[in-house]
Amino acid sequence: MKSISRVTRKFIYALLFLAPTSVFSEASDYNMPVGVTEVSKEIFDLHMLIMWICVWIGVVVFGIMFYSLFKYRKSTGAKASKIDDHFWLEITWTVAATLILVGMAIPSTTVMIKAYDDREGDINIMVTGYQWKWQYKYLEDDISFFSNLSTSQEQIDNDIPKGEFYLSEVDEPLVIPINKRIRFLITGNDVIHSWWVPDFAVKQDAVPGFINTAWTNVPKPGIYRGACTELCGIKHAFMPVVVRAVEQEEYDAWVVEKIALAEAERLLNEKVWTKAELVERGEGVYLKNCVACHQTNGQGLPPVFPALVGSEIVMRDKTRNIEILMEGVRGAAMQSFANQLSEVDMASVITYTRQSWSNGKNGDGEIIIPQEIVDYKNKVDL
Amino acid sequence: MKDSKQTVKKLALLTVGMFAFAFLLVPIYDVFCEITGLNGKIEGPSTLSSVNIEEVDKREMLIQFVTHNNEAMPWTFTSEISQLRIKTGVQQSVMFVFENKTSEDMVGQVIPSVSPGRGAEYFHKTECFCFEQQKLLAGERVELPVVFIVDPNIPLDIGSLSLGYTLFDITDQLSENQIAAL
Amino acid sequence: MSTIVETHDDHGHHGPAKGLTRWLYTTNHKDIGTLYLWFSFLMLFIGGAMAMVIRAELFEPGLQIVQPEFFNQMTTNHGLIMVFGVIMPAFVGLANWMIPMQIGAPDMALPRLNNLSFWLLPMAFGILISTLFMPAGGPNFGWTFYAPLSTTYAPDTVTFFIFSVHVMGASSILGSINIITTILNMRAPGMTLMKMPLFVWSWLITAYLLIAVMPVLAGTVTMMLMDIHFGTSFFDAAGGGDPVLFQHIFWFFGHPEVYIMILPAFGIVSHIIETFSRKPIFGYSSMVYALTSIAVLSFVVWAHHMFTVGMPLAGELFFMYSTMLIAIPTGVKVFNWVATMFRGSISFETPMLFAIAFVSLFTIGGFSGLMLAIVPADFQYHDTYFVVAHFHYVLVPGSLFGIIAGVYYWLPKWTGNMYDETLGKLHFWLSFFSVNLTFFPMHFVGLAGMPRRYPDYALQFADFNAIVSVGAFIFGFTQLLLLFIVIKSIRTGKKASDEVWEDTKDWGLEWTLDSPPPYHSFTVQPEVK
Repeated sequence: MKSISRVTRKFIYALLFLAPTSVFSEASDYNMPVGVTEVSKEIFDLHMLIMWICVWIGVVVFGIMFYSLFKYRKSTGAKASKIDDHFWLEITWTVAATLILVGMAIPSTTVMIKAYDDREGDINIMVTGYQWKWQYKYLEDDISFFSNLSTSQEQIDNDIPKGEFYLSEVDEPLVIPINKRIRFLITGNDVIHSWWVPDFAVKQDAVPGFINTAWTNVPKPGIYRGACTELCGIKHAFMPVVVRAVEQEEYDAWVVEKIALAEAERLLNEKVWTKAELVERGEGVYLKNCVACHQTNGQGLPPVFPALVGSEIVMRDKTRNIEILMEGVRGAAMQSFANQLSEVDMASVITYTRQSWSNGKNGDGEIIIPQEIVDYKNKVDL
Repeated sequence: MKDSKQTVKKLALLTVGMFAFAFLLVPIYDVFCEITGLNGKIEGPSTLSSVNIEEVDKREMLIQFVTHNNEAMPWTFTSEISQLRIKTGVQQSVMFVFENKTSEDMVGQVIPSVSPGRGAEYFHKTECFCFEQQKLLAGERVELPVVFIVDPNIPLDIGSLSLGYTLFDITDQLSENQIAAL
Repeated sequence: MSTIVETHDDHGHHGPAKGLTRWLYTTNHKDIGTLYLWFSFLMLFIGGAMAMVIRAELFEPGLQIVQPEFFNQMTTNHGLIMVFGVIMPAFVGLANWMIPMQIGAPDMALPRLNNLSFWLLPMAFGILISTLFMPAGGPNFGWTFYAPLSTTYAPDTVTFFIFSVHVMGASSILGSINIITTILNMRAPGMTLMKMPLFVWSWLITAYLLIAVMPVLAGTVTMMLMDIHFGTSFFDAAGGGDPVLFQHIFWFFGHPEVYIMILPAFGIVSHIIETFSRKPIFGYSSMVYALTSIAVLSFVVWAHHMFTVGMPLAGELFFMYSTMLIAIPTGVKVFNWVATMFRGSISFETPMLFAIAFVSLFTIGGFSGLMLAIVPADFQYHDTYFVVAHFHYVLVPGSLFGIIAGVYYWLPKWTGNMYDETLGKLHFWLSFFSVNLTFFPMHFVGLAGMPRRYPDYALQFADFNAIVSVGAFIFGFTQLLLLFIVIKSIRTGKKASDEVWEDTKDWGLEWTLDSPPPYHSFTVQPEVK
């Protein structure tokens, strides 16, 4: 339990954030982050400006109200006046309110126009929201990967202490170079998600069937963390966004490495796999892609997410097993992983589920090698 | 006291009217989208061709093609290129590959979307697989083109147009007869 | 007037029937008002219990008490119940009680319809709540039920949810038709529209809003039903529909709905402030114009709920400007309330305390609303706890405090007994303290980046969430005190005078009746000068 004094101190700081912005601009525990991009900084200033105007209107209005409440107490013998209308007073405050609003609208419009910029991007990245992970596709470099929550289920279930970046860490962050105009093409795979990185002030809904665009230009290397902000089902809170902004050279190296890794992955299909290797690799794949629904213990969350433990298909029906993974189950939550996992990953994750828990003992215990997946993909008729 | 019947009648009529209005909002929305480019919806085939466009206003711009399989759609669906630098007012063609790797006959529908939405009205397609449903037999592979032309009047501040194509599996939404007829 | 002699004998009975059937078959505006108020009180505790589950889970990071699936059902049902089951029925209950008494009518215009519109409500909520006990679970897609999460991806119980919304809608529409008919046709001679009490005005406008938008909500859920069961594609992109269309239609209903939930509170608070400032409301006509312009503007601001959905620049700017415009009439109302207090002779009974809290805290909610209207800033606020803080400020210390203030204000009139003033003040101060402790820190976690509808969160949000949860528990349990106060006043409260408060005869016809008033309010219509 946190010390009470720390909480109180934080609360007082929070109230103090009404103080000049420069003092507390780093105080993002209780105020909007200033962010790193030009747009995010302007939005922060706009936010503070509007808030300050509101505070001052509040001071005046509440000031008069509390003065009246104090001054005209009946207990001090105040006599009520009978005035119940004043035409010019009504006109004055209506006009005053209008003028203040115009004063707010002008800077807002300026920032807005800046944020909406449809010029060409230097780097174009397609962002796709899935239940419950993000996919990033680099249009120029033919790189594509999924970004999953990497916080362990044990941390979520309070079995082990929580890490510093609890629920805001992923297995593979989006990598972008600094000082480049990055253009995001955002869409959704199933339901509506929303891709948000507060430090860039980019928040855009990912709507299935439609494509939205957003852009940013990050001047400073660093790791920026965000979240999904549109309710997208059970794991809505468990699909964070992490962006790693790096120097151009580092980015170039990363691209080369990424492409090489993809090539190496393809070569893995030809390797001769042992059961132990497959199970080991499969466990990793399972933890990344399957635990959200089927759970670490393979028990699932019936009735929506069926158990894998003791499932006849998992234990004995290899073909159907591959088929489900390849094609998904129509009308159910199971997606098609044909375009999400490599052949090796599919073979190993199936092998893992066939060998794990009590399935290894009770099932036929056979393994699946990557070539079987390749064959399946090439087979026209079964 | 006045007669309540008239008032009630009028209010009941208003209620029914507003219920109908809710449904009317659907076509109103489509018209609204067309005017404002909201959502980047694109209308059917266009008859614009490079012949009737003057040379003067043409400029270069970047066109991006992104394909996406919605949800459990297991087909392979890709464009041969992901981006292309084009000249406005000149007709272009880009091929897309569809492959049904499953063991069943399936029907897919591609939904197009343009971003930024206000660019949609300048993007004219003369031919597109998205105008109709696509039926692919088990294991079948086809290549289909999108033939398009960008209106040179497109505002200069639109630097690139992004075309999103999302492939939906609609096999279950159709009856067997409908599928057979495709 | 306090000694009305009932001379009409064309009324077959002059008192309530006995037993359960009295409530089942009643067509009396006071009985039905009472039923509405008790129903809404019950729902407040059910919806509140759900809020307690939410806050208990969010007390600390990690999943402790409930799983995300159930958490989502809690947030969804908490929202639906509080909006449709607490705030709206409570206002209708107050309307039933007070409108005939304030306009000098014997009863509502359509008494049997009145009975039907109440009894539809328990049915609707019975259906809704029963889904929580079904194997597939209750609605879990948020009270805004965005497609396709609420269509293609919804649990099977969504059909019950749709039916339940239809029934709620029917209840509201019937209630509104009744209220408008009563106000337009049954006013005492001499009571012109511009002499109507502000509560009546606020309800006249609210009822029109309800009739205009509840059918749109019914249309929306009907489209969902057709998408789910009859193969249409209103909201499904695969068939040429559009999930964003759902949001447009929903918010076309949803934004006027927001004002439906606050306008009657404006009326109530206006009466209370004039009574306890002993000074007539300042700028009556500008109050009426403000109410009307808020209602009209509410139809052209809906898309400010969806600034991040990918609208073109012109659309974003239009909805930003129109939303900012609403601040003008709302501001005018606040200024008028303050001007009413200015140079009054103010005393601080419980209803007045709640009304003052209403004015100040609702204004804070208004400020955050104005901030949310600023599109670029909204990119950062949207769907975070800042939004949660905003709408809870306008709905809890706004609408709910308005209702509670009204209950304290009129309870002695209804029951003939005073409530316990000391306990009332205790209830106020506990509520005031805890409501701020609950909702103010939500601004901070929201700005710091915590999205709404999250069952679990990153560590930097932990401190404020703990504070919020503590505040919520205090606030929740404090409302049990209200229940106690109401029961105590009904059973053992000391006798209230007919005027109840000081010199209230000036403030409305309801104070000219006995406390408690006769079963049929005005059998002889009073003359209004």
